[in-house]
Amino acid sequence: MSNISDKIQKLFPDYAVEEANVPIFTVPQEKWHDTAVALRDTADLALDYLVTIVGMDWTENLGAIYYLMSTKYDTIVGFKVLAAGDRQQPYIPSVADVWHVAGLYEREVYDFFGIIFIGNPDMRRLFLNIDWVGYPFRKDYDADPALNPVSIESERQSDFTDVYSLDENGKVVKGERRIFEKDDFVVNIGPQHPATHGVLRFRTAVDGETIKKIDVYMGYIHRGVEKLCENLMYPQTLHFMDRLDYFSAHNYHHALCMIIEKAAGIEISRRAQVIRVMMDELSRIASHCLFIGTYCMDLGATTMLFYTLRVREQILDIMEKTCGARMTFNYDCIGGVMQDLAPDFVQDVKALLATLPANLKEYNDVFTGNIIAKNRLEGVGVLSREDAIAYGVTGPSGRASGWACDMRKLQPYSIYPELDFEEVVATEGDSMARFKCRLHEIEQSAKILEQLVDNIPEGECCVKVPKMLKLPVGRWFQVTEGCRGAFGLYLESDGSAKPYRLKIAPPCLPQAAVVDHITRGQKIADLITIGGSMDYIVPDIDR
Amino acid sequence: MQDLSFITDWINISLRSIMPGWLAVTTECVLIGIGLLLVYALLALFYIYYERKVCAAFQCRLGPNRVGPMGLLQSFADMFKMLIKEIIHLDHIDRFLFALAPYLVIIASMLAFAVLPWGNGLQVLNFNIGIFFLLAVSSIGVLGILLAGWSSNNKFTLIGSLRSGAQMVSYELSIGLSVITMVCLAGTMSVEGIVAEQENLWFIFKGHIPAIIAFIIYMIAGTAETNRGPFDLPEAESELTAGYHTEYSGIHFGFFYLAEYLNLFIVSGVASLLFFGGWMPLHIPGWESFNHIMDYIPSVVWFCGKAIALSFIIIWFKWTFPRLRIDQLLSLEWKYLLPINLVNLVLMVLIIVFNWHF
Amino acid sequence: MEVTTKSMPYEAWKDNEYIEKLVNELRENGTNVVVGSLDKLINWGRSNSLWPLTFATSCCGIEFVSLGAARFDMARFGWEVARSSPRQADFMMVAGTIVLRMVPVFRRLYDQLAEPKYVIACGSCAISGGPFRNSYHVAKGIEDIVPVDVFVPGCPPRPEAMIYGIMQLSRKVKVERFFGGVNRQEKQEEFLAAHPVDGVND
Repeated sequence: MSNISDKIQKLFPDYAVEEANVPIFTVPQEKWHDTAVALRDTADLALDYLVTIVGMDWTENLGAIYYLMSTKYDTIVGFKVLAAGDRQQPYIPSVADVWHVAGLYEREVYDFFGIIFIGNPDMRRLFLNIDWVGYPFRKDYDADPALNPVSIESERQSDFTDVYSLDENGKVVKGERRIFEKDDFVVNIGPQHPATHGVLRFRTAVDGETIKKIDVYMGYIHRGVEKLCENLMYPQTLHFMDRLDYFSAHNYHHALCMIIEKAAGIEISRRAQVIRVMMDELSRIASHCLFIGTYCMDLGATTMLFYTLRVREQILDIMEKTCGARMTFNYDCIGGVMQDLAPDFVQDVKALLATLPANLKEYNDVFTGNIIAKNRLEGVGVLSREDAIAYGVTGPSGRASGWACDMRKLQPYSIYPELDFEEVVATEGDSMARFKCRLHEIEQSAKILEQLVDNIPEGECCVKVPKMLKLPVGRWFQVTEGCRGAFGLYLESDGSAKPYRLKIAPPCLPQAAVVDHITRGQKIADLITIGGSMDYIVPDIDR
Repeated sequence: MQDLSFITDWINISLRSIMPGWLAVTTECVLIGIGLLLVYALLALFYIYYERKVCAAFQCRLGPNRVGPMGLLQSFADMFKMLIKEIIHLDHIDRFLFALAPYLVIIASMLAFAVLPWGNGLQVLNFNIGIFFLLAVSSIGVLGILLAGWSSNNKFTLIGSLRSGAQMVSYELSIGLSVITMVCLAGTMSVEGIVAEQENLWFIFKGHIPAIIAFIIYMIAGTAETNRGPFDLPEAESELTAGYHTEYSGIHFGFFYLAEYLNLFIVSGVASLLFFGGWMPLHIPGWESFNHIMDYIPSVVWFCGKAIALSFIIIWFKWTFPRLRIDQLLSLEWKYLLPINLVNLVLMVLIIVFNWHF
Repeated sequence: MEVTTKSMPYEAWKDNEYIEKLVNELRENGTNVVVGSLDKLINWGRSNSLWPLTFATSCCGIEFVSLGAARFDMARFGWEVARSSPRQADFMMVAGTIVLRMVPVFRRLYDQLAEPKYVIACGSCAISGGPFRNSYHVAKGIEDIVPVDVFVPGCPPRPEAMIYGIMQLSRKVKVERFFGGVNRQEKQEEFLAAHPVDGVND
């Protein structure tokens, strides 16, 4: 870590550095764009993956923290940029041309904080509707329901997007740009559509059956989790993690518990760590099983869903015995896990591991080897490694494009460094590769479980933590591996019992954003194939 | 093998004895109409139940089992509900065509019922181009689907119906060619004639290789004709919500729903007529006593049994295979099935000319 | 008259006061024999053929998928014909949070359902906003948006609870009257009159 700090300081000696668990440099906003290009292109740094942009409101000024990662050196570093202008119209230069995914993250920051990104080609609201009053994540946001009432009238729809630029006097000027061409045949797919995996909306310009352009609309399940967390004490924030990506409930819980423990300096017992990892891997198997099922169902092979849910039910049984719930477990807590394992946990996991290979073989027999499935999946929606990085597509979807982005390996946490498992990487980058990656990941998760199931150490499952947990002032950032990719958490504390800001960087947002890029020129049916193979969960996108 | 025409003859004679000829004919027509409608409705309901049970069995489930014994009344409940469900009137549509479309679809499948050989002597219409008539009327259905999609004034239905149009027109070729192949073997287009030709041996055995090829192609094309998976693109749930009938509700939707199952029956009925002898019992040359025993099974049972068994295969397709994409669907037809079919036709002609069949 | 369910003892249902009230109302009003038995037939059909609309926004939707799967198998009751088009569905299982941006879409879907239509609020988000109640972008329960027939609590409700909820709906359908009198249609009309939508034609 210090290594990268030195390198950057050598390159930009006048940038102040703040040592947190991830070093943060402060960059003046007028130099930000040039700095960004340099950071990406300098061979020594090669910070080519933008993990997330954290919008911030420090009451006296607004700003953003960019977390960058190098796919070459696996280093991670943050850059803090304060917005220029007053609170009415704060602005920062856009870096959408440096990292593709930045375009979308900037829209998110604009939506929540009202920070305008100069030069972003598409500066619309992302989650909230076009006529929303105010910027909800600002500390002075007026939450009066009279301003934004519950309305049953359809939201206003605009075919134009805003583009902002600076004129010669340094004033912000607003421009307009057409989203679709004038005579495009635009089909609205979603938000209520059986194949969008929830309530995502695609406005799709088609030419016959061929897709010309897709405009993704999100926010149909935006619940404002990050804002809600700011008014809750640390242990109370945990339960929201279950409800983001409800398949990675354990993984997300694990991540948040870990960052809070790190901030508070709590050491948890090894037993708790092993239990957490086992639960993570069980969820991963269950999640990928459901993916296989729903994906096959989207493609028309309904029966597969029932075969995969069989395994999922078996895992849910194991979880239910220990956690007491089928879906929203709320099992990991600060200091360990809520309660000890159920007596027959080991036995059940062994039974699961025994049946898993036969089930996987069946999936391959029924679907993977099928000629129709091959024709539908192979070569469809090819995402190159460069694009995967530029768009920030992580998880099995990114690994299918040849980008080894498993955070369990890159940013080792918990007991993962001690475990023996392979990172599944494919090079084709098509839908079939994404599908197969998940199939193989089930095997790897099973391998991890096999190593752990007989070696659960004795000990207490939860250490004592003060009820009123207060964190020291500071900021922490951590990336972990959810079932669908890199799950980033940013926590800023002002020393009280509530987080000042808790930013969730979900893996699914870039995956939904990349759909437009890889569906162009494909058929409408391929939209389902590609969208399904990305396996995004809409509540995770919208938070 | 008992000839069921004595029943129809008896009805005809007794009707003519009490009323003038024209009235007798009218009465017979009405009776047949009512009978057909009844069979039609019951068959559709049975098929809905049948598919739900079969699909449940594939998916390790139980399927309907609460309404009536073993869930047998489930589809009746569905029908009652559908009959009294609201029919939504839409603005900005072509009302006449919108209302006409479901009737076209249902009429197409009903007309096809007229020439199916239900049993020995149980056939509504018997004329020398029966199979041709069948092909002709079954293409009316696509008109209904196109109209439904177009008149709904909805983008999804429009895409669905255009897909359907392309699909039906293409696969009609395959169906036609494989029918012609079998007509060559039979030497007649009359349905009764085709059945009679198979008295000694069913065509699938008699015509061996080309007949089997024709059968496979017919089953694939037939599945496509009925818009069922893996060829269910016009109503691909995950792509087009409900495809061409997205905007239909109540009994209008019910007509589409019933017609889908009836078409399934018709396709498998025609397959059993062309390849498995229609109502003709299984006869093997030389096994006289066996043939005699087979004759004791009523011909209606033979026909329906064969049709239902063949439908099972089509249902099996649906619940196993993923859906094709539209370009793959068309290239399957034009690049593979059609050339194979043409070669197969030549092969069949050669076999007939050189008398290589059994 | 009792609202019975096949192979379930009546005692299992006794605690539903709302339906008992409807039954009493039916009993007091009296009815014509012909109309009464016709009603019975129609209600038998309707109550046994409830087709859901595939509508899910979040976690509860996944439990709804589990409900269709082999273990819970809602096909036993004839509910498995999930229609994607609202025109062909009978009831809407509101599985998940309804946020402000979704409200118009959700209401439009409800308006597009063909009569008779029913709504089940499934899970605490749909009932009251659940854990997200304090959020700036979450509707505090769907009761203000559409008339709700059955509430199924839970976060998410277990599939068994969902089965119980749909069975309660089925019972409720059984005490409807097609030709006026005791029905929920009047209540629905009142509701819609109080919550008009402008600009939505379908």
